[in-house]
Amino acid sequence: MNAALQTFFETLINGLAVGSLYALVALGYTMVYGILKFINFAHSDIVVLGAWIAFVLARSLGYATPDAAAPWYAGLLILLVAMTACGAIGYAVERLAYKPLRGAPRLNVLITAIGVSLFLQNTGQLSFLFGASPQRMPSLLPDTPLLTVFGARVSLVDVVGAGTAVLLMVGLEYLIFHTKLGRAMRAVSYNTSVASLMGVNVNAVISFTFVVGSALAAAAGFLYSMKYVGIKQPADAGWVMLGLKAFVAAVVGGIGNIRGAMIGGVMIGLLEFFGAAYVSTQYRDVYVFALLILVLLFRPAGLFGRATVEKV
Amino acid sequence: MTRVAPQLDDGPAAWRFVPRNLAPLGAALGLALLMHFVFQPAAGSFASKLALDIAVNIILAVSLTMVNGFTGQFSMGTAGFMAVGGYAAAAVTYYGSFRLYGSPNPPAGILSAFGDPTGLPLPWLQSGDLMFVAACLFGGLVAAGAGYIVGLPSLRLRGDYLAIVTLGFGEIVRVVLQTSERRLSNAEQIAGTPWPKLLTHLGGSLGFTSIPYFTTLFWVWLAAVLTLVVAYRMKRSSYGRAFLSIREDEVAAEAMGVCTTKFKVRAFVISSFFAGVAGALIAHQVQSINAGELGFQRSFDVIIMVVLGGMGSISGAVLAAGVLTVLPELLRFMADYRMVVYALALIVMMIVRPQGLFGVREVWEVGPFRRRAAGSGAPGGGAT
Repeated sequence: MNAALQTFFETLINGLAVGSLYALVALGYTMVYGILKFINFAHSDIVVLGAWIAFVLARSLGYATPDAAAPWYAGLLILLVAMTACGAIGYAVERLAYKPLRGAPRLNVLITAIGVSLFLQNTGQLSFLFGASPQRMPSLLPDTPLLTVFGARVSLVDVVGAGTAVLLMVGLEYLIFHTKLGRAMRAVSYNTSVASLMGVNVNAVISFTFVVGSALAAAAGFLYSMKYVGIKQPADAGWVMLGLKAFVAAVVGGIGNIRGAMIGGVMIGLLEFFGAAYVSTQYRDVYVFALLILVLLFRPAGLFGRATVEKV
Repeated sequence: MTRVAPQLDDGPAAWRFVPRNLAPLGAALGLALLMHFVFQPAAGSFASKLALDIAVNIILAVSLTMVNGFTGQFSMGTAGFMAVGGYAAAAVTYYGSFRLYGSPNPPAGILSAFGDPTGLPLPWLQSGDLMFVAACLFGGLVAAGAGYIVGLPSLRLRGDYLAIVTLGFGEIVRVVLQTSERRLSNAEQIAGTPWPKLLTHLGGSLGFTSIPYFTTLFWVWLAAVLTLVVAYRMKRSSYGRAFLSIREDEVAAEAMGVCTTKFKVRAFVISSFFAGVAGALIAHQVQSINAGELGFQRSFDVIIMVVLGGMGSISGAVLAAGVLTVLPELLRFMADYRMVVYALALIVMMIVRPQGLFGVREVWEVGPFRRRAAGSGAPGGGAT
């Protein structure tokens, strides 16, 4: 009985911790989709870049050696730098690759996004950048269990990770629903041409969306590598899976829907971990995609999305 | 004859009909034999392997052209279909050899890799070869079935959602194949296990190994040319026009009476059949197949070929398949930068020339040949 409860709570904690990171990544997908109506395939690579930038930073600050205890602000500093750097990369990607294709068929933008994704992956893998071998993220937080729930340890990393994710999401929620800029973003997403007629600078809003989405992705990448310290090479399939699951979260929550993406992310995280714990570990990726296909078949607009009819 | 046909081309006269249909088959057989008996001995093993890869990539690129080029859908599941076809065919030949011949080495004619015709009544084609061909077709059919299942959601999905579903399908296939049970190698055990049970023993995470070695230049080029013939004929038929109309404007196509759902699914099924055959051919050349290596990276390789060659151009896809297979060998000194260059090419291509090098046109319809092709009237005279 006790062991069963322990498994249950361990799964719940892991699912929530990872799910909140999926939610962070999903937000980037959903915001871009809401405005530009295309899947930003390169988004998962921004996540990877976030993790790698954080790693390089931590190493150059000297926290990579096992005995060097990192001060409490180290993680925060690295988080902010990684978010800023990835925001800049997101801006550059939008400016150089996607902006020339405004108004082009969606398929072309999709292919460009795949191109950007491949470019980021393979450039990051070059030996003068991050290299092609996996690395180990130095632990910036002491690995202390905060409390135990029925024998399941709630560790500091999980709490900080999920807490940061929730904080960022609350910030985003405020940005989108309570500021002028957020209103402009919603207006552009609702109807781009009318928004531009109302005096919204559409290009600036789109660029800003990319910056915010990429910064959130970087945060997710950093937090993910804090929890799972082995960071894989930039072109590793594991990263793409992380991005894909986050995308599934965005679709499940109703793509273009900010709150849906948050709920979807947590749902996917829970589904994955409960499926792995109670059914079979080997199929953990299968559950997520099976859910995606089911949702698309029965509620194509997602659980919280509103169906739209294509007008001719 | 009371009526005079204004154009001879329109009549289904038997004397035109028969050679027209047999000529491409003859050409396929001829080219395949040429590659096998002339090119292979002359060019050596390295060039032969390259020629084999080119043919496989041609099959893959042309098959993907049918979905991504003709129909304007976006599939990223090529590697998944390859894996399905490859595993299915490998299971048939591997377990089939034990079942039919009692040994892992089935008899093969001189057209196959291990063919040793001495003392056999039919040196060209042995029963093992027939089993191999049947296995390839079976692999293709199983992949086509998978294509049907993946194509079905496309009734409700557009463009990028479909792309994600196909990608997800590829991952599901990978996981399922990698969790299959280990390959049986004991002849008695194989003989005692019923076929449906055997098909679950696909090697698991190690991949399916010890597959009989059949694939030669003959078989791949035969398959490649046949794929080209099918693709070209399809493009020139009412089928192909229906595909193209969906790509141009789905709503308008529907209004013109094209059942878009049916045609999208058909495109998927036909395309995945050929991808499955390609997977089967590769499996019988490398003698092993591992779903872990057939991830979406492999699908992206094929997508790059299709996009660069032109979305909808068969000859463009062929050209791109050839160039992109040979190029890495020439660029070995900058191996790390290969994918960076490809990715940049993809982005620049989308910005500068979004329809790809040749667009929907074929190679001979652009440039200096353009006028002659346009002036010749009815299209589609010869074969490839």
